[in-house]
Amino acid sequence: MNRHVIDCRRLLCPMPVIRVQNAVASLPDGSRVEAVCTDPGALNDIPAWSRINGHRLIETRTDDGEYIIVVEVVHGESP
Amino acid sequence: MSEQRKAVALISGGLDSLLAAHVIQAQGIHVEGINFFTGFCVEGHTHAIRKRDQKKEKRNNALHVAEQLGIKLHIVDIVEGYKQILTHPKHGYGANLNPCLDCKIFMVRKAHEWIRAKGFDFIITGEVIGQRPMSQRKETMPIVSGESGANDLLLRPLCAKNLPLTLPEREGWVDRDRLYDFSGRSRKPQMALAADLGIEDYAQPAGGCCFLTDERYAVKLTDLWRARGSKQYEMDDIMLLKVGRHLRPAGRYKVIIAREEGEGKFMQGYRRQYPHLETVSHGGPFALIDGVVDEADVELVARLVARYSQGRHADEVEMAFTDLAGQTRSLRVRPMRPEQIPQEWLI
Ligand code: SF4
Repeated sequence: MNRHVIDCRRLLCPMPVIRVQNAVASLPDGSRVEAVCTDPGALNDIPAWSRINGHRLIETRTDDGEYIIVVEVVHGESP
Repeated sequence: MSEQRKAVALISGGLDSLLAAHVIQAQGIHVEGINFFTGFCVEGHTHAIRKRDQKKEKRNNALHVAEQLGIKLHIVDIVEGYKQILTHPKHGYGANLNPCLDCKIFMVRKAHEWIRAKGFDFIITGEVIGQRPMSQRKETMPIVSGESGANDLLLRPLCAKNLPLTLPEREGWVDRDRLYDFSGRSRKPQMALAADLGIEDYAQPAGGCCFLTDERYAVKLTDLWRARGSKQYEMDDIMLLKVGRHLRPAGRYKVIIAREEGEGKFMQGYRRQYPHLETVSHGGPFALIDGVVDEADVELVARLVARYSQGRHADEVEMAFTDLAGQTRSLRVRPMRPEQIPQEWLI
């Protein structure tokens, strides 16, 4: 499976969300994006962004002071 | 069946844009949100940085509003393009360094480009006539629609009845009778409408949607521009203006001293880009130097930072200075006394 790691360390929200959004835009359905963040706000914001835009949140975890959020791309149909 | 029309709503995260989008959605229009990131947005950055604020809920209000509305949200990074707006605003600044009118025009222009690219029909904002002294006045409404190029594709549902007809109204995509005529500074009509619609959970930003309306922040940014001899800034500059105590002992450099652990941790992320100091013999704050320093300056900065360490009353404090090349050396200094620090150093 396509897995893309996005380094969002030191970025404050909403920059991590923007990075994930921009990466997702060019990826096909089923790809996975793994955002590595240091701003704990990303733990709320990236999942909220995924819910709103119809992508699938796979997991969130904390690893040695870093927050890792994995999202699966679902573009679906535009209205 | 008639084609479903599509609108993009400028979502700031506050109540007005939430209501405006809701009102249009209720008329059967497909609404998506757009939120612009200028770099100055108040999105809990200081909460994210400061340790004592870590427990506060950190959520992005624009995302929260979009979720309440059940709409998609597109966050657009306009940091680069915004520099020109902030440094040379055609319509000037508000009470501090907030170029609100130019900012609004710029955002609506970007939204207009966006709808053309995405095939949307019109733009909505939560603007209310008279709500804000600089950017939301009767005279500024046509300036925003005209100078942005959006013209009659810009609909303000909360005060549309006080404004000329827009295309969505003329074409009957939206029913003007079900729009509003709010005006003035009062927040009561919006709060009443929110209550009517059963919306209870919303952010009430005090002052404005960004740091540029903050007096302390504006003073620090003005100082940065003066010291550099021109109005320029990078993302790192505007981030660092949000943290620490800033002191300028000389025109060519300033010192940023962490006020607490969370700030220190955040500032350490910049240690490869800035010369910095740490207290070795005692507990003490992390400090960055922004600018050019010589030997004597380093000694002075070390004494200054030592003043904020736990060794402030000691005869001697050991400090470690690291230069841009990553070379660290140790200094033993006598901490400054509070009265030795001139008031004008404090930015
Ligand atoms: S407060 Fe800041 S973001 Fe809001 S309109 Fe004014 S300049 Fe723009």
